[in-house]
Amino acid sequence: MSIKSKFILSAAAVFMGSTAYAGCGLSGGNVSILGNEFAAIQAVAEGAKQCAGGGVTVESNLNKDYRELQVAALTANPAQYTTVTTTNAAIVPLLNSDLIRPLDDLIAKHGQHLSKNQMITVDGKVMAVAFMANAQHLFIREDILKAAGVEAPKTYEEVIAAGKAIQEAGLMQYPFATTSQTGWNLAQEFVNMYLGHGGSFFKPGTAEPNVNNETGVAALNTLKELVSLSNPDYLTFDSNAVQSSWEAGDVAMAHLWGSRGTGILDDEGSTAEIVSNTALISSPTVGGGSTPASTLWWDGFVIASNASDEDAEASFVAMVNGISPEVVKANNDAAVWLAEGYEPSPASAGVAATATGGTKPYPMIPFMGLMHTALGSELTEFLQGSESAEQALADVEASYVAAAKEKGFLN
Amino acid sequence: MRHKTFFWFILPSLAAMILFIALPLASVVIQSLHIEHEQVIVTTENCGPFGCTEESSVDTEATAALRAEQPLGRFAGLTTYFDRGHLATAEVAEAWRSRDSLGGFFSELYNLPFYKALAFTLTYTFLVTPLVILLGLMIALGVNRLTPVLKGPTIFVSLLPMIITPLIGSLILFWMIDAQGVIGKNLQWLFDDPDLSLKASPVLTWITLMVYGVWSSAPFAFVVFYAGLQTVNSDSLEAAMIDGATRWQRIRYVVIPHLSPLVVFISLIQLMDNFRVFEPIVGFSAQANATSLSYIIFADMRSDITRFNSAAATSVLTVIGVAILLSPVLVRTWRDFKGKAA
Repeated sequence: MSIKSKFILSAAAVFMGSTAYAGCGLSGGNVSILGNEFAAIQAVAEGAKQCAGGGVTVESNLNKDYRELQVAALTANPAQYTTVTTTNAAIVPLLNSDLIRPLDDLIAKHGQHLSKNQMITVDGKVMAVAFMANAQHLFIREDILKAAGVEAPKTYEEVIAAGKAIQEAGLMQYPFATTSQTGWNLAQEFVNMYLGHGGSFFKPGTAEPNVNNETGVAALNTLKELVSLSNPDYLTFDSNAVQSSWEAGDVAMAHLWGSRGTGILDDEGSTAEIVSNTALISSPTVGGGSTPASTLWWDGFVIASNASDEDAEASFVAMVNGISPEVVKANNDAAVWLAEGYEPSPASAGVAATATGGTKPYPMIPFMGLMHTALGSELTEFLQGSESAEQALADVEASYVAAAKEKGFLN
Repeated sequence: MRHKTFFWFILPSLAAMILFIALPLASVVIQSLHIEHEQVIVTTENCGPFGCTEESSVDTEATAALRAEQPLGRFAGLTTYFDRGHLATAEVAEAWRSRDSLGGFFSELYNLPFYKALAFTLTYTFLVTPLVILLGLMIALGVNRLTPVLKGPTIFVSLLPMIITPLIGSLILFWMIDAQGVIGKNLQWLFDDPDLSLKASPVLTWITLMVYGVWSSAPFAFVVFYAGLQTVNSDSLEAAMIDGATRWQRIRYVVIPHLSPLVVFISLIQLMDNFRVFEPIVGFSAQANATSLSYIIFADMRSDITRFNSAAATSVLTVIGVAILLSPVLVRTWRDFKGKAA
């Protein structure tokens, strides 16, 4: 695209919105974006780049390791990146270290049309603007379930029963898969299951751990039954591995991220038979609970504290342009957009159903990251059968306490 | 050489060593003795697309004030070293007190992250190092006997495992040993066990990692030994042949004694390298069954909340571990040196 046509395009975008023309109405400023890398974020970054020109520069670094970069990059003064696309979990270290600025004045000036729903407020101040939602939910193969004579499962108990039925019918040896790789992924599965059982991770009002209890044991036992329906290599499965075994037709039920829906439903990497029989449904409930055993996530952007006011304003305007109705419409199927202009699609059915079920968001608590890490490293032995559920949960608490003491959350 | 000349002669390397070795080491030691400030926690109402909740958050202003007062954090002495994530002295003492058998004590010990990592690290180091030396020597002796035409291509092929980046090499093998991969499937067929998975059980994962370790390091030993073989005195070999020594006897009594300084050199390098085993664990996604000290440091630095102090303590413990591991070899070298001087 030539500079001229870019100019015309962005000019068109601006007149259609409110303030979009070359430089998006800005006199100057440098915008640099750090973010995760998947289709939706790429679309947002491209949208933000439409604001370049007329003294405004827009650069982006989209990288799946953005979480490891963000704290160091924003601690620098001036910050290496003026804006970061982050999530409800990844924002916590930024909030903890006061690296992002309140956006209220910028919203009053440039973001009047943003919906209240998109604003992430902490203690009354807007700290981030969300543009998409994500959640883990169930992917099912309707043909296999039908052949085994079972309905689409609504609870994890039904998932387990369906899995056994598929095994007994001789359709598949390992019908179930989830992101159960030791570390962050496995911990996330426990978080889902524990919240689904109605647990809470900390004693109210404190940073004291609270997982070594009956709820924790029940969550672990459900998890163990599930992985017994999974390929024995389950401790090495991340999202990519689950997606490829789904596309290879090796599994009939998978608990996987909604953002993978587009990739699974497209016509690449799989056969028409598998794709046409894939349905995206709500995450199941567990243990008689009423809300799905999953967590809701938002992806949104934040603006660095250590950026000059001019750059911060330019970044905000550029990012708002990146989530404009035009961008959302052009990339409708790439995500479950929270921004204006979005039409629900089959790829988003699972996330929408999970959200409607009243699923809780992933806790945005300063010490939750430490708990997540402790869970990721200490649950494996129980699943392998070399230690009891109580011992595993006691290890999680001990490991968390050691980390929380070092980070100053506990004394 | 006069002292002054000597000083100016070594100044550049001395400066580089202070800058790149001594100072970082001192910084790591200082960090390991500190822990972070107490975080001032307040309860706030947080709202988003999924509704509002009362949640804890950090009072950044109050915490920033604490941080400005003491930028290094709170001085904690050796507490980080003794906590559960490291030497876990309290847990070890408790396990020893309540033991019913020695086996029970060791399984309690194995439940602690540091000792679990240490168990794998040491097993790996002490199995891979001698096997690398043995295999390297065997390849070198074999290649040395080849006709000159074949030597070049054979040397190139033997060096391949070392040329491939460790992380890439282990990732390629990871997919080959997958239950669907070419090695995995063949092993299932060979052992007539359709459920055989090299990634599932701890024992098989350990074996896989060690086989990988030998595979990737053997070329290093091979190159060094092959160079050494070119300097074997042919007079002594001929003399041994005239005396009626078999090929084995020539290797045992002429070649190996000639190569023994190289064995010390390779052991030193390999002990250090293997004690820091890391890439294969990431490449093979083996963290469920095998962790190493380096992997613990990596995990501390890569989690959502970075734990610099804990990582620093593990680093210092690793340095101490390497020093202990190398001490017998270093003491021997020092004795040889003194013997020569005297």
